[in-house]
Parts: sequence; structure tokens; C-alpha cells
Amino acid sequence: MSAIGRSIRRIEDRALLTGNGRFAADLNREHQLHMRVVRSPVAFGRLVEVDASDAADVPGVEAIWTAADIAELPQIDFRMTKITGMEPYRQWCLAKDYVRYVGEPVAVVFANSPYAAEDAAELVFCDIDEVDAHLEATAEPVAFMPETMPGLLTEPAVLHKSCGDLDAAFAEAAEVVELELKVGRHTGVPLETRGALAVHDAATDTVTMYGAAKVPHYNRGAIAAMLGLAIDRVHLSEGHVGGGFGIRGELYPEDVLTCHAARRLGRPVKWIEDRKEHLMAANHSRDQVYRMRAAIAPDGFLLGLDVTFITDQGAYVRTHGATVSDLSAALLPGPYVIPAYRVAGHIRLTNKTPAGTYRAPGRYESTFARERLMDAIAARVGIDRLEVRRRNLIPESRIPFDRGMDTLGTGVVYDSGRYHDLLARLEAHVGWEELAASIAERRAAGEMVGLGLGYFIEKSGLGPEDMVRMRVAPDGGIRIITGAASVGQGIETAMAQICADSLGVDTARIAIVHGQTSLIEKGMGAFASRVTVMTGSAIKIASEALIEAALDIGAKLFQVDRASVAYKAGEVRVASSDRAMSLAQLASAWAEQGGLAAEGTFRSDHMTYPYGIHLAQVRIDPGTCDVLVERYTVAYDIGRVINPMLVEGQIVGAVAQGLGGALYENFEYDEAGQPLATSFADYLMPTALEVPEVFTLVREDAPSPINPLGVKGAGEGGITAVGAAIASAVDDAAGRPGMVTRLPITPDRLHAWLA
Amino acid sequence: MTETRDITLDVNGKRHALSVEPRKNLADALRDDCGLTGTHVGCEHGVCGACTVLVDGRAVRSCLMFAVQAEGTAIETVEGLASEDGELHPLQQAFWDKHGLQCGFCTPGFLMLAVGALRENPEMTDVEIRELVSSNLCRCTGYQNILTAVRAAADVMRAGTNG
Repeated sequence: MSAIGRSIRRIEDRALLTGNGRFAADLNREHQLHMRVVRSPVAFGRLVEVDASDAADVPGVEAIWTAADIAELPQIDFRMTKITGMEPYRQWCLAKDYVRYVGEPVAVVFANSPYAAEDAAELVFCDIDEVDAHLEATAEPVAFMPETMPGLLTEPAVLHKSCGDLDAAFAEAAEVVELELKVGRHTGVPLETRGALAVHDAATDTVTMYGAAKVPHYNRGAIAAMLGLAIDRVHLSEGHVGGGFGIRGELYPEDVLTCHAARRLGRPVKWIEDRKEHLMAANHSRDQVYRMRAAIAPDGFLLGLDVTFITDQGAYVRTHGATVSDLSAALLPGPYVIPAYRVAGHIRLTNKTPAGTYRAPGRYESTFARERLMDAIAARVGIDRLEVRRRNLIPESRIPFDRGMDTLGTGVVYDSGRYHDLLARLEAHVGWEELAASIAERRAAGEMVGLGLGYFIEKSGLGPEDMVRMRVAPDGGIRIITGAASVGQGIETAMAQICADSLGVDTARIAIVHGQTSLIEKGMGAFASRVTVMTGSAIKIASEALIEAALDIGAKLFQVDRASVAYKAGEVRVASSDRAMSLAQLASAWAEQGGLAAEGTFRSDHMTYPYGIHLAQVRIDPGTCDVLVERYTVAYDIGRVINPMLVEGQIVGAVAQGLGGALYENFEYDEAGQPLATSFADYLMPTALEVPEVFTLVREDAPSPINPLGVKGAGEGGITAVGAAIASAVDDAAGRPGMVTRLPITPDRLHAWLA
Repeated sequence: MTETRDITLDVNGKRHALSVEPRKNLADALRDDCGLTGTHVGCEHGVCGACTVLVDGRAVRSCLMFAVQAEGTAIETVEGLASEDGELHPLQQAFWDKHGLQCGFCTPGFLMLAVGALRENPEMTDVEIRELVSSNLCRCTGYQNILTAVRAAADVMRAGTNG
């Protein structure tokens, strides 16, 4: 029985269920110091002086650093961006000259206990000449650091992309639809805050940082470069990671500071972020304003689309560089033909926490914008919301579909897709006509209920390559070392299933080792829904190479022709005989000649594009203006499913996060730039009472032709269209097409719209 | 603030002699002084529930209780759930079977929350289970499989009691 496509229980769960997980805060070393970050209390100002004299007197304090003490550390560089000219906007590890957001690291205290470090940090006095905070990204850019960098404005870059003849589209248009839309500021907020333990081995001058996540190999190189060390003198090690969602594992000031301090202070250094810090220091995300002009044919076909959008990226340009804007711009057209398209994406800075990627970065936002537009076109032309989509979806005959633009350095080419077919399947699955009729009936009876949908295209499997090594132990255990990373998504189980499927062995024999830079020289980590596609394909290739190696060894041991041995289900067998050896026996017999091992590399120049539809049913409580989500369905084609239970888990969890951004979560600031959501009492994440039952329709109708498994990523599509579908459903419930123009749809906002 | 008090904590039936500052919270004492890192700290202000333990059988946010207040009580943590031979508690088993966890960080809190509640009321309805589960935050699962797991465990535990 194939191991792929089965809902087997996860390999990784037992430790997590019994309290034996090893998260960053669970790690300790003898004589460790505890680091506490002193953060700016104001949003914008000239940093005059940091007075740490009182703090230094606190018993147990070993050192206090400000920017002057780490003058040798450069700014934190971009991990992935091709846009140049943004270098001056990178963040320093500790504020220099100016502070630009509440929460910016100004100093660090190292003490013998975390309590002492926190006591001392509270006594560090920051003398700051406050400047008026700049908080509106839509306002004209202002000076980034007025006195020290005059002339440098808070617009680091504007991205431009286009395809087709836009002027011709507008000349031909029967109607022009214009919209302005906004998505609020929210982010991943994993339940585990950030943390690190850095240990220096003085004998070899090697620093190891535990608590790594997401991109350990990249961060290893970046930390080595910042510390001026050869790359093999820095190791990153990932333990359990309490959720990633795009924000965790990026290189932040604190990571660099712990490594630098461990080396310089000669003691292990541990840093664990608290929740208040997390909400004002870890990457924010979203927060975009879209202005759209659409040229429409009489039948509702979208001839051309002209878009300007602004991303509020906060105080500095962090590791993601222009990634969010780049993805927003390139993927906004989604599943529709749109022959002519032009977009300008403005990256703007404000005095808020810096922003980066969050699950489905740029797609959650641009899907909201595009699907709002589709609803607006339907209303303008007088057709229903499904029909407008049918008329604009890319037909199967045009797949593969080349958008004629690129993103993340690869051309946007939809590799496979049956977009009309999936819409028809969803209609049948939910019984659309009956459902719509029952909603109409309830509405006639006075209830404010409605349906809404959002169609989306996701992207996954970012290259350029992934490499794994596989070795069979004499006891038959198979160990796979990969440079991928786990953020709690179940990669060990999914990767073991792919290997088990190729080799015809039990998953219980397979161990996946990930996130350890000391064990494998290359690795891309876990982001952009890349692991199942890239690492999974590499594992399949390695498994096939392992079978070839087993056959080579078997032929030699049996002293027969290579052609007369065959592999099946963990054994090499000599044709028409009862002579056979298991993988364990082969590994054992060949131990002195190097054992039984293989390597596999998968390269890909293009991403693969899964797609899906969200359907929401909501009820507005007219008394409280609360939006109650009654039912939620996600149809998602991911080409091929490795583990249906895990895929559903990804979708349902992502929907819950999407509901947070659509209805509740918002980083508000007061007019001085003080963040108003720095606890879970103010930053409202959905609980079990807010998340409805989520139904999934997972399809494998359009396998990817560009990887050996046919898979596409499953991790993000559950969130992508939540904002779009909820907005559409709230419009419908209110009987006011186009009412919802911004997220989150909070009760006060909804009350104002309904008034 | 560095003066300490000597206390004894009874955790999972085992006694731990500690010397702690009066301000040290129970979560930190369990983790740092008892070496029981299965209890996780997710927010330190009593909202997320990752640090939930049982104190005299009742679910408590251990980040909101001082260690010194827990002296003389019986504390239960996730480490005490499975039997000594490694057999999982029905709730642990159900979370595993129903995929009730992803990153696993919030899991010990949900397990302890449900253990306490099901002990008090083995006949919980689905509505009561949803109310209960809404006490804690999970950022990965969307709660669906946590609800399913608690339901399944409740049924197994009730059958076990009746049988």
C-alpha cells in the first residue's frame, strides 16, 4: 500500500504530548547569562544618550551595551530581494542616532538571572529628543532620519510591473470601476515567542545558536558575516519551533546580539522574548492600501487593470526587503485572464514596528483587493458573483499560463490548473442553489445572513534547489538529513511518507533530521510553502538513487549481473531465485566499503501554483454589529496529497488565522505612535468560540508537471482568501454590495457602515 | 528583591525543595527549579493558557500564581499524564490520533485544561467542550481537531469508568 495519500499519525507528536519538547526556552547551559533588551519608549526621536549607571549597580548584572559598544556590527542585511537602493534603511542591532519605533532595541543588559536582567533594564534611561511620529503611509514621505541622513525619504522603493496594452484596454472599456481598499496591520503571532541560546566554544572560536528556525543555513551565513567569522565557525541548531507563519526565524537584532555576546562575554547567553516585546518587536505584516481602476467590457470581462498600492513596512526595511510588495504586485491578477495590467507598489516607512511576511504574504492582501473588485464588477454589470468569475477565469486551454511578469526572481507561469472545474465542483459540493435559497429565505425572515466567496491562486515550491542525504543503518533504520526546517507543520511525517513510498518500507523506520547546519552544508529552510515540493522531491530522487545503490551492492554481494537483481519493498532479490537481502543486510555487509547511502538534489527554476476557493456564510448580529461565521468551506487543489489529515490541519488552522485578520486582529497606534495592542487583551486572536467548523474539498485534479511528485504546497491556501470571502459575505448579509472596503471588519467599523 | 524563601512543591506526586524569590511565578519555578519544561509560557499575562497546570485538581494559569502560593497544594503538570510505562493518557492519545496539535507549544496547556474539566464533569456536551477549549489560545490548528480530540477522549474515559 502506498505511503503517500494516507492520513498516518505524526511521527513528531509523542515528545510534544508528553512535555518532552525542546523549545528555545527549554534549553539551558551552566553559567549562562540572560539578556534583556531595553526598548525605545517613543516612536521617533533623536537618541541623545543612554544612561545605564543605575542599571549597572543591580546585583547580578555583568554587562550593558549600547550601539557604541557594538560599533563593529553592521546593519542586518536583506535575505531575499533584487531591489537595490534600500540599504540605508536596514536596521542596526541597537538603535543608532535615532529611534524609529516603540520597541526598538536601544540597549541590552546581561545578568545572572532573567529577573535581575529585567530589573536592571527598567533602570536604563534613554534620553531622546522626540520628533512627531509619521504614521500614515499614504501621506507624502518624510525624512527618514532628518539630521543625520537629510534627503533620505521614507519611501525606499517603488516597484513597477506590467503586461499587455493598458491604454487600449481603457479605450475599449464599456465601464470603468474604481476602488480604494485597505487591509489592516496584523501578523503571525506564534504561541512561542522568539528566543535563542548562544554558546561559544573558545577552543575553536565557534558559536552555536540554539533556537534557530525557518532559515538556519541562511542565518548562519549572515551571522558569520556580521561577526566577521568564517562560516564554519557558526552553527545554528533548530529544536522544536512553536509556530512560524513567516515571521519567526528571520534574522532579528536579538539573534545577532546573543551570538556576539556569547563570544565576547565568554559565557552562554540566553534570550527569551516576552509577549509584550513580541507584539512590538517581531515583524508585523499586511497593512496595505490598494487603489484600483478597472476597464470592463459590457459582459463583465476585465480588460485592463491599473493598480497603485502602498505597503506600510514600518520603521526599517528588514530581511524580507521588497518581498511582500513584489508578491502582491505579481500575484494580484490571480486566476483571471486580465489581458492588460499595470501596477506600482510603493514601499513606505512609518514609525511603527517593522514589517515582513506573514503566511500568504502579498496574496492575502491582493486577493482581498482583486476579489472585492470582482464583486464590484458583478454589481456594476448586473451578473451574479459566480458568473463574473466564470467569465474571467483562465480557461484550461491557456494552461500553462505565462503572466509575462516575474516575482522572487522567477517568471510567473501557472503550471497547471482547472479553474472552472474547481468552481463547478465547489458549487456541487455545497449545493450552491439550495444554499443560496436557504439564505434568501432567512434574509426574507429578517436575519442579516449572507454568502461570500474568494477565488485565489497560491504559489509554492520556491527553488533554486534542495539537497538531502540518506543513509541506511545496519539495523535497517533510514536517516535522512535535510537542510529544510520545521516550524511545527509536520515535515518529518510528510517527508518520511515520501521516502517510505519510494522505498516500499514502513515510515516507522525513517528518521528526518532537519535544521542543523553542522550536519549538512546546504539548506534552504522552510518558507514559501516550499518543503513538500522541494525537499519532498529531493527525497524522492534520493530514494531512487538509494535503490540503485542497493542494486549495485546486491549484485556484487550475490556475484550476479546487475540486470538479474531487482528491488522491491526493502529487499534486493536475485531474479527467479529465493536469494534476497534486506536494506539492513546490505548496509551491514557493505559497511566497510562505505555502507548504503545516497544523495538527492532537486532543482527548479519555477514555482508551482496551487489554487482554490473560499466560501463563507456569515450572520451579522444587528445589535452588536458582531460578524458570526456560521460555516466555512475551502476548496483547494494541491496537485497531490501526501497526508490528507495534515493538509486539512494546515487549511483549517490557516482559516482561523485568516479570520483573525478579517475580523479581529489589528495593530492600532495612538497619534504619538504608541502601540495600543501589546497584550492578548488588546490583540484579539480567534478562540474556539470564533472559529466555525471548516469544511475542506481537497482536490488532486491538476498535479504539478514541474516536480517528480506532482505536489504543490498546502500551507498557505487556507488563509489566502479569508479576507476576501468574509468581506463578500458581510456585504451580502447587509445587502450592500461594495460596503466593506477595509479589514478588519470590527463592530465599530461595521456599525458606521450600516448607519 | 533577591531574598529567597524555602518552599516545597508537590508536583505529580513528587516533592521538590526550592529556594525561590517571593515574586517568582509558578510557571518559572516549575520550569527553572523543578526542571519540568513541559509547562510552557506563552504570554505571561494569563490569556493564552499555555502554562495551564492543575493545582488541587483545578486548572490554573501558572504564570499568574506565585510559586510560594502553591506550597501545600498538589500540582499536576503534563509530565505526570502518561503512565510510568509510557502509556499515554486518553487525552494525549486522542490529541495524537485526531491531529490535535501542530507545533505543540500550546498542547500541554490544552491537555491540562481538559484533564481537569473532564475529571470534574465526565459528561461534557459539545457546547461545553467548545466553551472550555475557548479558554486557551492555539495558533496552528484552528481548534477543530482539539475539539474532536477532547470529545473522543471524553468518550473513551467515560466508557472506561463505566466498564
